[in-house]
Amino acid sequence: MAKTLTRSDLSEAVYQEVGLSRNESAALVERVLDEVTGALLRDEQVKLSSFGTFLVRAKGGRVGRNPKTGQEVPIAPRKVLLFRPSHVLKDQINASIKSGAEPA
Amino acid sequence: MIKSELVARIAEAYPHLMHKDAERIVSTVFDEIARALANGDRVELRGFGAFSVKARPARTGRNPRTGESVAVDEKRVPYFKTGKELREKLNGGDAGED
Repeated sequence: MAKTLTRSDLSEAVYQEVGLSRNESAALVERVLDEVTGALLRDEQVKLSSFGTFLVRAKGGRVGRNPKTGQEVPIAPRKVLLFRPSHVLKDQINASIKSGAEPA
Repeated sequence: MIKSELVARIAEAYPHLMHKDAERIVSTVFDEIARALANGDRVELRGFGAFSVKARPARTGRNPRTGESVAVDEKRVPYFKTGKELREKLNGGDAGED
């Protein structure tokens, strides 16, 4: 049965791994995410070896269409965040197919 | 920003932390996400985004150079969906609907 991990699971892992209080472990997990966010907002790529790369891509404006009504709607230029998984991560995920873990 | 720079920023923000510990914290966060995905689990970080695994069925691919067909096995790919809050921040803080 697939589970969903949240911040508290990550804090718990940090708590187990490093000798800090639970509160501080939670604050540090948040800080890691904030630093990644900050770099992306500065339009920096975030490259985490053996995990993947987060990068921001600027998308031009275009005319979209509401698929239900067929009505044309302008879509403004915007930025989107892309995550490109590293080969290590992809291999890690596929290695477990053979060991029988269910996909999410 | 690369991992060592992220570690340096964490170490700077928490001066009482040993550099080695800052490194372990950063590694633990991403290793734990990777481990969850390898288990077939999802990771949901509100405001940041959610990581999940999508299954891609086996298919017959083609070598684009030779046109030869090749069997491609079933596989799973990690997928990241940007959180609403982060998506809005990237677009100046007030853009977009979910």
